[in-house]
Amino acid sequence: MKKIALIISALSVITFTNCKKDPAEPSNNNNNNNTNTATTGKLILTFEAMFGDSALVLNNKTYVTANGDSVKISTFKYYISNITLTKTDNSTYTVPESYYLVNHNTSSTVSFTLNNIPVGQYKAIKMLIGVDSARNVSGAQIGALDPANGMFWSWSTGYIMLKLEGKSPQSGSASKNFFYHIGGFSGTNNVLKWITPSFNSATANVSGSMTPKIHFKTDISEIFKTPNTINLATTYNVTMPGPMAKMIADNYADMITVEHIHN
Amino acid sequence: MKQKVAYIVLITVLFTQCKVDPEIKPALPANDIRVVVPEGWPKPHYNFENNPLTKEGFILGRSLFYEPALSRDNTISCGDCHQHFVAFANAGHSLSHGVNGQLGNRNAPPLFNLTWHPYFMWDGGINHIEVQPLAPITDPLEMDETMENVIAKLKNKSNYRKMFKDAFGDDSITTQRIFRALAQFMGAMYSYQSKYDMVKKGKATFSAAEQRGYNLFVQKCAICHKEPLMTDFSFRNNGLSVNPALQDSGRMRITGDPNDRNKFKVPSLRNVALTSPYMHDGRFETLEQVLDHYRFGIVQSPTLDTLLQNGIPMSDQEKQDIIQFLYTLTDYEFIYDKKFDNPNR
Repeated sequence: MKKIALIISALSVITFTNCKKDPAEPSNNNNNNNTNTATTGKLILTFEAMFGDSALVLNNKTYVTANGDSVKISTFKYYISNITLTKTDNSTYTVPESYYLVNHNTSSTVSFTLNNIPVGQYKAIKMLIGVDSARNVSGAQIGALDPANGMFWSWSTGYIMLKLEGKSPQSGSASKNFFYHIGGFSGTNNVLKWITPSFNSATANVSGSMTPKIHFKTDISEIFKTPNTINLATTYNVTMPGPMAKMIADNYADMITVEHIHN
Repeated sequence: MKQKVAYIVLITVLFTQCKVDPEIKPALPANDIRVVVPEGWPKPHYNFENNPLTKEGFILGRSLFYEPALSRDNTISCGDCHQHFVAFANAGHSLSHGVNGQLGNRNAPPLFNLTWHPYFMWDGGINHIEVQPLAPITDPLEMDETMENVIAKLKNKSNYRKMFKDAFGDDSITTQRIFRALAQFMGAMYSYQSKYDMVKKGKATFSAAEQRGYNLFVQKCAICHKEPLMTDFSFRNNGLSVNPALQDSGRMRITGDPNDRNKFKVPSLRNVALTSPYMHDGRFETLEQVLDHYRFGIVQSPTLDTLLQNGIPMSDQEKQDIIQFLYTLTDYEFIYDKKFDNPNR
């Protein structure tokens, strides 16, 4: 009896060690129905677009920016990538190949499932708004990073990390439109923003039977304020990397917050 | 159109006459498609690591290169502005022509030795051989098409599914596969067998004029047009007046840096005798005009290259000798290599 117990515990140590050693390796247990032995589970991330306290309504609703400009939003999308999760024991798990295009014009993209997440209690998340510099210099990519997704500059290689377009009567453009295509991955033009939105002491508990959901709010009003108040009369066409793009990226670094975690 | 046909016929006749070996090579011997790094050359930037060069990939890439469905109205292929008989430059066109006869902003550069290029386009805006075709395909002044439409059109053409399967293992058509096949075809365009190369290897000798020209080239040109690729891939302002109709600021368009105003990528001089017209806007038709620009035509401006502050002085004889040398950079092996031709023509 003792011998069997020893073998079982030795086996489980080996199993766990395997998982720890190479968390990037997808586990075979993903589809395992036996929840007692599952070592991985799933985690859902959902992004809800807001403007201040109001849920975003595209095209028809008018919002007021920090500068007092009236805006209607027609397009809002951005990359979320390089997701790392931290457990309550401070161990971390980096989700391999985590590249997602959150497009608030297409409801199917605002929520996505991370598979093969090691079972455990997670207390923190770290992610990148945008696409890391390596993927900006590595040629033709697939999936969310497919250049055909309209988030890639053809004439000056690089991903558009965030795209916000709309109309404003205060816009300095003749057509009263504004276009923010924010990108730049190297040197002084780098707009990559690592974010760690707080779970506020909550945890996301991943198990074989439970798929927790982290509900984020993405507040567009932040794009227009702190530290840089954006004046649409002068800043209405930001479509290449440079100082203007950096100003807007500095603003949106705090646009994503955790609303709640559903376990 | 008639004129164009006549032109092509004339060129063909000219080429046929000076062609040493008129025998058509067998379609595609498998060992003909391979990665080439000539002796003494630097390591290429693109080594096909994630995109192994295969005969099937090359054939698919070639089909796509000559495929008019890549343009919005199915009229223009890559091969229309990049013509094999002139080292894949655009004969007789100073600026590229797009769909609906629209005029582009720049002169189509020749294509060869692309795996050594750290970046593409006259302004270096594109950082990888695989994503380069996205620019001409989607540019409203060039092919004006979307990748979504390109994929849809290719799916409806019976032969492509098989070619994608042969090249990549299954018949799904994606932007990545389109770009990687094109990178295989264009990446395999190696030009390294000119007379100059043979002289370097001791297999041929320069004439007296060519040798004088080479010596002058080393003295006066080779810092920017660095051997063996005949470019150092730097961006430089070579003293051209700004074309008022185009207002092309060159590299500054990419970096936003005023220090880059009017700087353009130094082009390779390989096959230069074939690639007229010259410069980013195709303003010069002959090599004489180009050399005269360096002798007499340099326009002073704050970003003018330091090497060109006084132009490049040379006598008439020296100019002719340099031109004699430049002709030795023509690679007839490359120009007559049938595997690069449109297989459907």
